[in-house]
Amino acid sequence: MKRRDILFSAIGLIILWQLTSMLVNRPILPAPWEVFVVFFQEMQNELLIHFGVSLWRVTAGMALSVIIAAPAGLAIGGSRTLNRIFSPIIYLLYPIPKVVFVPIVFLFLGIGDTAKIFIIFLILFFQIIVLVRDQAAGLPVQLLQSLRSLGAGRRAIFRFVYLPASLPAILTALRQSIGTAVAVLYITELFATKYGLGYYIYYNGSTLFNYPAMYAGVIAMSLLGLGMYFVVDWAERKLCKWKFVS
Amino acid sequence: MIQVNSLSFGYSRSTPIFQNFNWEIQRGETWAILGSSGCGKTTLLYLLAGLRMPASGTITIDGEQITRPRPRSGLILQDYGLLPWATVRENTELGLRVRDFYGQDGKHTPKNFQPENSVEHWLERLGLKEVAGKFPSQISGGQRQRTAIARTLAVAPDLLLMDEPFSSLDAITREDLQNLTLSLCEEQNLTLIIVTHAIEEAAALGKKILVLDSTPRVFENPRAGEINYRSSQAYHDLCDLLWKELRHEAA
Repeated sequence: MKRRDILFSAIGLIILWQLTSMLVNRPILPAPWEVFVVFFQEMQNELLIHFGVSLWRVTAGMALSVIIAAPAGLAIGGSRTLNRIFSPIIYLLYPIPKVVFVPIVFLFLGIGDTAKIFIIFLILFFQIIVLVRDQAAGLPVQLLQSLRSLGAGRRAIFRFVYLPASLPAILTALRQSIGTAVAVLYITELFATKYGLGYYIYYNGSTLFNYPAMYAGVIAMSLLGLGMYFVVDWAERKLCKWKFVS
Repeated sequence: MIQVNSLSFGYSRSTPIFQNFNWEIQRGETWAILGSSGCGKTTLLYLLAGLRMPASGTITIDGEQITRPRPRSGLILQDYGLLPWATVRENTELGLRVRDFYGQDGKHTPKNFQPENSVEHWLERLGLKEVAGKFPSQISGGQRQRTAIARTLAVAPDLLLMDEPFSSLDAITREDLQNLTLSLCEEQNLTLIIVTHAIEEAAALGKKILVLDSTPRVFENPRAGEINYRSSQAYHDLCDLLWKELRHEAA
């Protein structure tokens, strides 16, 4: 995908938005220009704080899930015994939409940041653990035997095979679940908080009826998801060069 | 150098692959192990490599009983032995990096280990200089196998164990690599044991050929590796003989 094409698509979407807003001709869909002006004004002001809070929550959840799920996935994928014990549990829990746990998590962890971060962690945790586990379990036996014959024991195999093999799986899992994570972040930020993009969007839209500001919040949230997606994409190209050669 | 004493091994109790198997190999010999699929030739190689343990009996190399992979034995497999995320140079360095990782503990790395030749030397010797920065997916099957050989030789082994190393290559590349392997073994005074299902390969490479079936037996082939041996009558006669032997067993 070329950058130029992405830029053209963005321009195309903005034109579509402009046309729709002209067609609808009501305050609930302001024109893009009007929203952009509010977005840049607000970003120097209050919106920046909300953006920062949301960014912190989603980044913390992501970091936590990588730190915990990646080693767990490696351990399960690399050991038949652990695989036998944990894979059925993961099999049962993986398809459950984690968003239904939102009220339960709030009951247990309160309404602060911990609960919000924990929910994002929960979503990413299963994605990462499953992909890393499959990656580790799917390594060709020949590769491991070759390493063993070079004198590698458990520790060296972990360092030279499992660890680098898990990297693309972690990045793929993150890329696939950033959208869901940001969506669930929005939901968690609707509850009992005064900070975060979810709160900002909802408050401006349903209490203040400040639609341009609401749309500015929507743009901020989109940029949050998009930005994270770009970062992971960039990291994958940087760290997994071998996947992009032909 | 290698002594296999009363070796028994089987994946299940009812079907033993080896029973009371004895074998002896001298330093610097080149052996080919020939047999049909499922005869246990790869298993025997893995036993020698210390990647599997005998049910009973012992394997000793230089007087030391094999209970785990031995640092001075190099194993080269048919495929998949290279790290897909590492370049040819990084793959060649891998054995040395594993040794650095443990330090010279005598268990994973021989004590006083000092590789005679650098990684650069091996890249050069195996004609890999130009592709050193490429990933395995970007190079040919022959170059991949050359990389596997370079990686093994970089850790200065004295025994080379090869499992069908050239079977997925085209005929020309295969012959090139067979000749290269023989000259490298001579240069480095390596003992070579190569497992193959191809009669021609066994006859071209093994000065001694172990045919593995219900009664393992050894064929002498002292001219293997000589220039033009492959076009000699003796070579064709041996191929015929081996073919009849395998055929007879199958019948």
